[in-house]
Amino acid sequence: MEPGRIVGTSAPRKEGLDKVTGRARYIDDISFPDMLYGATVRSSIPRGKIRSIKFGEGVSWDEFIIVSAKDIPGHNYIALIFNDQPCLADGVVNHCEEPILLLAHQDRHILPKAVAAISIEYEPLRAIFTLEQSESKSDIIWGEDNVFKSYLVEKGNVDSVWSQADHIIEGEYFTGAQEQLYIETNGVIAHFDASQGVTVWGSMQCPYYIHKALLSLFNLPEDKIRVIQTETGGAFGGKEEYPSMIACHAALLAMKSGRHVKMIYDRAEDMAATTKRHPSRTRHRTAVTKDGKILGGEIDFVIDGGAYATLSSVVLSRGTIHAGGAYYWPSVRIRAKAVATNVPPHGAFRGFGAPQSLFALERHIDHIARKLNLPPEEIRRRNFLQPGQTTTTDQIIREPIDMGKLLDRALQLANYELKQRRFTRENSLSANRKKGLGFAAFLHGAGFTGSGERYLNSVVGVEGCVDGTVRVLVSSAEFGQGTNTILCQIAAEALGLPYDDVTIAQPDTANVPNSGPTVASRTAMVVGKLVASAARGLKQTLVAAGLLETCSREQFRNACKDYVSQHGTIRSLARYESPAGVFWDDEKYRGEAYAAFGWAVYVAEVTVDLTTYSVTVDDFVALQEVGRVLHPVLARGQILGGVTQGIGFALYEKVQWHDGRMQNSQMTNYIVPTSSDISMIRVYFEELGNEHGAFGAKGVGELPMDGPAPAIVNAVENAIGIPFNSIPLLPEDIFEAVSPRELPREALTAAL
Amino acid sequence: MSRPPTNQREFSFVVNGEAKSVSAHPMERLLDVLRRELNLNGTKEGCGEGECGACAVLIDGELAVSCLVPVGQVDRADIVTIEGVSLDPRYESLRQSFLQCGGAQCGICTPGMILASIHLLSKNPRPSMEAIREGLSGNLCRCTGYLQIFESVNRAANSEETQ
Repeated sequence: MEPGRIVGTSAPRKEGLDKVTGRARYIDDISFPDMLYGATVRSSIPRGKIRSIKFGEGVSWDEFIIVSAKDIPGHNYIALIFNDQPCLADGVVNHCEEPILLLAHQDRHILPKAVAAISIEYEPLRAIFTLEQSESKSDIIWGEDNVFKSYLVEKGNVDSVWSQADHIIEGEYFTGAQEQLYIETNGVIAHFDASQGVTVWGSMQCPYYIHKALLSLFNLPEDKIRVIQTETGGAFGGKEEYPSMIACHAALLAMKSGRHVKMIYDRAEDMAATTKRHPSRTRHRTAVTKDGKILGGEIDFVIDGGAYATLSSVVLSRGTIHAGGAYYWPSVRIRAKAVATNVPPHGAFRGFGAPQSLFALERHIDHIARKLNLPPEEIRRRNFLQPGQTTTTDQIIREPIDMGKLLDRALQLANYELKQRRFTRENSLSANRKKGLGFAAFLHGAGFTGSGERYLNSVVGVEGCVDGTVRVLVSSAEFGQGTNTILCQIAAEALGLPYDDVTIAQPDTANVPNSGPTVASRTAMVVGKLVASAARGLKQTLVAAGLLETCSREQFRNACKDYVSQHGTIRSLARYESPAGVFWDDEKYRGEAYAAFGWAVYVAEVTVDLTTYSVTVDDFVALQEVGRVLHPVLARGQILGGVTQGIGFALYEKVQWHDGRMQNSQMTNYIVPTSSDISMIRVYFEELGNEHGAFGAKGVGELPMDGPAPAIVNAVENAIGIPFNSIPLLPEDIFEAVSPRELPREALTAAL
Repeated sequence: MSRPPTNQREFSFVVNGEAKSVSAHPMERLLDVLRRELNLNGTKEGCGEGECGACAVLIDGELAVSCLVPVGQVDRADIVTIEGVSLDPRYESLRQSFLQCGGAQCGICTPGMILASIHLLSKNPRPSMEAIREGLSGNLCRCTGYLQIFESVNRAANSEETQ
């Protein structure tokens, strides 16, 4: 696609200079005079009743501000969807690390000692930790049946296909919890004042989520709650819902102390207590013809939500809708549920349910190919969704996507055929080094699911300033992905102004309208389109006032200055309107799930080392159709970062649980990819445009999280012939699978 | 994190070309002294255990994670933080290349990455991609997938300003 004047070029990152000079101020870089520091006393058991709380010897407790559930002026819950999660435990705890008490003191160094000096006596209750335990309902820990949410998607009559099938192929697939591991931990500063109410500054994705949570916690009018996003050092979903919790805590301490209170989690607390990607189990049962056509299937998708509902219902929704992937299912039945266990609640993480169900699907498609003795590319070609066909929710594909062509191009870029032949030859000659190729073909819906965007009802503003420049007003946050830059590009393009004449306001609920949460790959596409429309509205106002004829930079500046001096301000707002003809049925889970999909084929080339049992990704081709690339450097950065997190999801990142508690809550033993683990990732784009997105854009942030894990595990199977269906796939898993079974474990231990 | 309450001592060192002296317990982390006593907030804490490199600084020309360095160890040392890198001839081209190549996303690892890059280029002005990969392997980045950072360093190494 042709670059625009500004859109489609790699304009300098708006806050880039601050970041490369170290001047950018993150929450822990900000202080106020007489500020206190806050800390959290957390549950050490997974489930039970709190019997007593004792404040130990050796600590001057009168120096501390101490907050319990009794200090909450309004509702004791973190307002989100179900409002089931207490801000502070009141008598019972349902997971390890559940917050019980809050402490504040002026010396941050003595807080850990004070936290350790508090002993809590519990009456333990039996806790459950696995999907199976939750499903068995032997102990009910949430609601009536441990189920936060369930969905049933029905298309066609799947019961009739089994008798027509040449093959019925089953499989079961698992994905583990994954920590977001933003390098800046969660943190906020709060202030309370009887006249102004609550103010919170912090690291976050969604200022208005926090606003909503504080509103019900404090029972104050809307204008007495103010939330300001500070520079945010990575988020990936991990700062979607959790910051509401830490913000509520700091605000309670601020209210009781009358001082500014800073709460910054250290790494261990952040990893153990905050949300992670939902672990999942997916079962497939698929009816296929002997030439590899899918007739229909049943998909059973279950995610572990942890102890409280948080966002599980929405994560489940996205996972459910993506469970059928980029294929045409004449009939399908998807049963999905999110269940409760006594672990810290799982939450948003890039991809939001889709990486889980797509891992299962793309492994399963390879499994079907193997059973039918068809090449994996061939079975995909025979089943890809075509324009005019319908998805599992009966959404008609109207985009002119050709997945077959995308697949061909990806395989060509990966030099697939030639390498496949070479690896087959070379693998037989090497005992220890086995090479393999694997790929995944998939889609990712951009924007909120179903009726979500309609309910969000987002508003953005564009404002003319007295100096003749323009400022974008949104609550959409910058946390590395490029929000600031892209929204300014869009406004500049729409107004015909230079990029440097457009700035963006700091997200502050006192100054910016609610443009919705910064999630779901919706910012460039949905918010961007609203920014373009608000920018055009600004221009129209100036034209209508007779101040603007052509739109040269000079004329615009003067018109803007004149208008502001006459009227005080000039501000143009745009509100989301759902596209005509789009329907979604929340009851039946049918209809247009997403306004647009991104489409992709990813190819992984791996080496499995049978001496160390490690897997390395030697080459990776990421080819995707994303509507339109607004900023080539940022878009490529999103893909590279997402693929790298996907490599971690597949091969490194394992949360070690023991009785509902994370055992490896340190960077030392929770392993993410380092620079030595990433060799070659090649990124390619196709651009078909998108009428629903700003200048044709679709979402791009989450898509790259979906493909790497199945592509890599498919490649491992291609290399060593062992089908692994569970991630993360660690060297010890490969060792277990390839070691001669007859060798008893004791012999191995003795040998060591 | 916990700090013995007494035994403060005077320590003197050079930070970013300026002589400084602070009163601190010898076991206080250099990271805390830089950020709280000297208000040099560009040095970031990512993990507090020497894994992530966000707190990297140069101590007598060597790259060190300031969260693992007790201030007692840097008495009379020469320390460079991100606030002082503009004095280094390699910084200008690194700054530009990080901006052009997408080397900074969320920015929290960037000060450490830039210090590690300066250190690498001071030892090896024309590093291979392999040497860059190795030279930055003590610094974690969760946003970029590293390649755009490697490209930033490579571009800076080959730019005219550095030659």
